[in-house]
Amino acid sequence: MDFRVGDDQRALAEGIRSVVSARLPLERVRAHEGEAVAVDPDGWAALGETGVFALTLPEPAGTGLGMADAVVVFEQLGRALVPGPLVGTFLAAAAGLVGGAAEGGAQVGVHCRSAGPVLVEHLATLDALLVFPEERLSTPRLVAPAPAAGDAVRMADPLDPLTPMWRLEALPAGEPVAAPGAARMVQEGSLLSAALQVGHATEALDLAVAYAKERHQFGKPIGSFQAIKHICADMLVRSEVAQAAVHAAACLADDPEVAAAEAEVGGCTPAEALDRAVSGAKLLADEAAVANVRAAIQVHGGMGFTWEVPLHLHLKRALVRSTTFGTPARLAQALAAFA
Amino acid sequence: MDLRYSASEQAFREELRAWLASTLPSVGAPPPLHDWSARRAYDMRWQRLLYDAGYAGVDWPADAGGRGASPVEQLIFKEECERAGAPYVGVGFVGLLHAGPTIIAEGTPAQRERHLPPILRGEEVWCQGFSEPDAGSDLAHLRTRAVRDGDDYVVTGSKIWTSFAPVADFCELLVRTGDEGNRGISWLIMPMDAPGIEIRPLRTMEGSTEFAELFLNEVRVPVASRVGEENDGWRVTMVTLSFERGTAFVGDLLESMRLLGELRRVAERLGLLDDAGLARRIGHLVAAFDALWALTKRTVSEAAQTGVPGIGGSVFKLSYTEHAQALGDLAVEVLDRAALSTDPLAGPDGEPYGNGEQLHAWYKTISLTIAAGTSQVQRNIVAERILGLPRSR
Repeated sequence: MDFRVGDDQRALAEGIRSVVSARLPLERVRAHEGEAVAVDPDGWAALGETGVFALTLPEPAGTGLGMADAVVVFEQLGRALVPGPLVGTFLAAAAGLVGGAAEGGAQVGVHCRSAGPVLVEHLATLDALLVFPEERLSTPRLVAPAPAAGDAVRMADPLDPLTPMWRLEALPAGEPVAAPGAARMVQEGSLLSAALQVGHATEALDLAVAYAKERHQFGKPIGSFQAIKHICADMLVRSEVAQAAVHAAACLADDPEVAAAEAEVGGCTPAEALDRAVSGAKLLADEAAVANVRAAIQVHGGMGFTWEVPLHLHLKRALVRSTTFGTPARLAQALAAFA
Repeated sequence: MDLRYSASEQAFREELRAWLASTLPSVGAPPPLHDWSARRAYDMRWQRLLYDAGYAGVDWPADAGGRGASPVEQLIFKEECERAGAPYVGVGFVGLLHAGPTIIAEGTPAQRERHLPPILRGEEVWCQGFSEPDAGSDLAHLRTRAVRDGDDYVVTGSKIWTSFAPVADFCELLVRTGDEGNRGISWLIMPMDAPGIEIRPLRTMEGSTEFAELFLNEVRVPVASRVGEENDGWRVTMVTLSFERGTAFVGDLLESMRLLGELRRVAERLGLLDDAGLARRIGHLVAAFDALWALTKRTVSEAAQTGVPGIGGSVFKLSYTEHAQALGDLAVEVLDRAALSTDPLAGPDGEPYGNGEQLHAWYKTISLTIAAGTSQVQRNIVAERILGLPRSR
């Protein structure tokens, strides 16, 4: 057993980080605030070129890696606030559902059904839409092509200015996903969403710590005050714990032997052990993201409440993520059965 | 990132599991909490069984008489022992996990020869004399004084939070031999039968007498019983801490997971799981304990590959202790009026609510955010040493 983040994974994360900061720097991302297209086709193609959607596809189409590698990459995408239908496009590419998805030539959205109104993200640029039923473990359906944006009402002022939203009266039924691995799609989608959340949580921590070191009040850096230190320490605790959960769940998804061992200890099936690990990871990652960004805003004081400082974008994105693949409340309730 | 155990790790687990299954039936139930001589006998007998089977000092290096197990094997050892319901290390705690490792790292050949074998065999119990009434979180401020007189130190002062003092043979004692601050401290082996030691039990809120206060009045300790150089005791103490491989709370964590399962079953029987709020709190603890188990594996992996456990320890303690307290609070809520008694009580369906264990665990969790570095001190450590925020105080 060696559960450290491996050297290859560190290098992979570092590579993605540098490509993203060169091709999709925050200024370029933020230039699309409030627009109907959050990431232009060039930007999306640049992202596709990095291979982020094809990580788990076998070579030569992809890189033949596992979910443990994918979550490390998606953490970086979360940190960099990369917009767009990242999770749906990855899932569609991995299952070979939509041509071009793996290379950044197509966009595939995700809609998780809930009791709330039907709000679909990024509809103007979607080629297809994956729809996940309310019942967590039932088969997802593919709506291809995606419903036309012209038939839907675009929200004038969505919570996240980089996640444009459309309201639909109803969704087409679509077709059940028949690809092998359809049953695991909800787990992989949850894991990738959780990884993005870990990215928001760790970025918020880094921003808060940097600010606490440079901002002076009462003649000292505010980071020398215990009241600020303790906020930052708690942020690290939340992101480390959530990250460990996400990485462990990814290992379970990758290795049937690990899942079988967990199932034996938990007295359940391997599929249930995976669901337990993934649900717990998503729950903790959702909470870590929202709590850490809020804490970072508090550390930044008044500046944290401005439009200029990007913390609000992390908070808003984290809230968008926590409404997909199970809200924290629903996940927690479902997890009680595993105690 | 690989959570798969190697063939040799798996073999270690199988062998241990088989030994536990064949040995535990003969061990019997633990004695009452307040019967200290019976507890000593029980814990030492268990240690002797471990010794005879080659599991004593599983984390000690082989040249010190231990098993020299890898950090991952240490994790497996603790996991299997807890899952099998094996006795806890008990009164052997200080000797096996603290004083022994210190003597291994810093003791003279004579000190190693004198103390390590009996600790491993379950024949020698140690207690810890570190904290003082005026030196808790600020341990370096300790004032118990040791003055040289010929071949002895003459020690005068007082210690507090000394676990297992009534049944201990030796005390690992921090004393002031030099100037103020952490440069004037020495580490001594004090025999507990030396004249001038008064032990006063310190009763905790749970009614236990685990802790004591020690009053030391001109106690003579041979200079030969000093571990490390004079005034170098602070470094000696820190070296011991570096032995920690991230497995300190494995038993507690797995026990919390088991208690959570029992609590969920009680709640289910009483129809309380229909309460979504309660179910969410249970589910949240499932996620948190699972994540902390994953974090433990990460810390152990760091220790296995680099020799030091990395940042996991403080992070783990901060998170685990608060979730353990949340579990205790949940137990009190689920048990309702039954929480007012630690005697076993039958619920409305005739089945017992619990066996008092949940309540005992609740009391215990209250001390978790205080013992071994308060959560506030832990947060300072995390902020300054890991996040690099400026030092204060």
